[in-house]
Formats: sequence, C-alpha cells, structure tokens
Amino acid sequence: MKTTRRTLIAALGALLLKPLAAFAAWNEQAFGAKTAADALKTLGASSPAASKDIVIEAPQIAENGAVVPIEVSSNIPGTSSIAVLIEKNPFPLAGRFEFKDGALPYVKLNVKMGETSDVRVIATAGGKHFAASREIKVTIGGCGG
Amino acid sequence: MAAGPMKMRATIAGGNTDVRVLMTHPMTTAQSGQPLHFIQNVVVKQNGKTVIEAEISQAVSRNPVFTFRLKGGAKGDKIEVSWVDNKGDSNKIESAVA
Repeated sequence: MKTTRRTLIAALGALLLKPLAAFAAWNEQAFGAKTAADALKTLGASSPAASKDIVIEAPQIAENGAVVPIEVSSNIPGTSSIAVLIEKNPFPLAGRFEFKDGALPYVKLNVKMGETSDVRVIATAGGKHFAASREIKVTIGGCGG
Repeated sequence: MAAGPMKMRATIAGGNTDVRVLMTHPMTTAQSGQPLHFIQNVVVKQNGKTVIEAEISQAVSRNPVFTFRLKGGAKGDKIEVSWVDNKGDSNKIESAVA
C-alpha cells in the first residue's frame, strides 16, 4: 500500500481518538475545583451526612507525602460511588470511583499530599451522600513529584 | 513518554476477587514544573463486563498502584484494567484470576 501523508495523518487521528472514545469523560470542573466544598458542589454532594459506615485506613503520620497509602471502603448498603478528597491539596479531588454490579465499594490507592490535611471520603448510595474524614500528618510534602 | 508496562495480580481472597494493578506512569503535577501528565480514567472489567469506572487526578502517586475488590468470582475469570491519560496515551492489561 502506498502511504501518503494524508492516510498517515488519518491513521494517527483514528489511533488518538479511539482510546478517548472508549472511556467515560473526565469531570474537569470537579477536578479543577480549588476547595473541597466547591468540588463537592460540582459533584452534587454539597451537604453529605456524616457516617461511621465509611472506613478509612491510612497512616496517622505519612513521612513521605509523595506516596500516602489510603484504603477506603463503604459498608453503606447500595454504595455506588466513592470520592476521595484531600482538603489542603491545590486541587482537593483526588479520585472518584464508580462501582457497578459485581464490584465492592472498596479501593486502595496511593496519593500525594502537599501538607498535613484531612482526607475526606464521600460515599453515594441511593442518591444520598455520606461522608467521613480522617487527618493525615505529613512530614515532607509530595506535590513536587 | 510512551505508555509503560502494567502489572496485575488477581486472586480469590475471602470469597471475593482482589485485583492489584500497577501502572507505569509519571503522574506529573502542575506544581512540579514539568508538563502536566497524568492518568485520568481507569476501567476495570470482569469477563468483559465493566465493573468499576474511575476518574483520577494528578494527586495520585507516580506509578499508580490500585487494589480493587470484586464480588465473588472464580479462578480463571478474565480481568482487564485499562487507563487513558490527559494526553490520550492509554494502556491495558488482561489476566486470569489465579
């Protein structure tokens, strides 16, 4: 086959567009919010009810803010999504996980923390929002990474 | 940077399927002075069916490691994890539950 510049560009374009189309969108507004309150407003979860059924496992003191392990699970029946926010990060929303049929509302991840901060977890179940938070002390900030 | 390798281990634990996955990615922030480059979407599939969809930010650590938990499951189930970043790079890995 003769490869012209046009076919090459078309093939490249298809390659770039394909993976994007296969994924859900990225909530630019929520992730771009500079306060946790604004991020929650964007997610439609402005005033979540405090819940003891959200479990946050994390170190009390993180020596390295570049890698802070956080393990989150929700025991609230029907939990369909979990959002993790780090209050004092420049952009607090770190992730939002949607659990479909077949998944348990659980995730373990490593996050960067610029400084000592509350980590807030929002669980959504049956259209209602629930929250729990936990302070993690950071000795060396990790947002330069 | 091209998409780096991924590693995954899916095992049955306590009657459920634990999926531990590593993605090789710089996850650079705006604060680092380097171009913003981070994974935005992660999708987990079990036997071809989407079970978890995640949106993440640059606050996730470099070379992200996630553990997910799927209800039940059996040895041999096919687990696929894929990601796409803010530059349109993507990668995926598939393996059977051990």
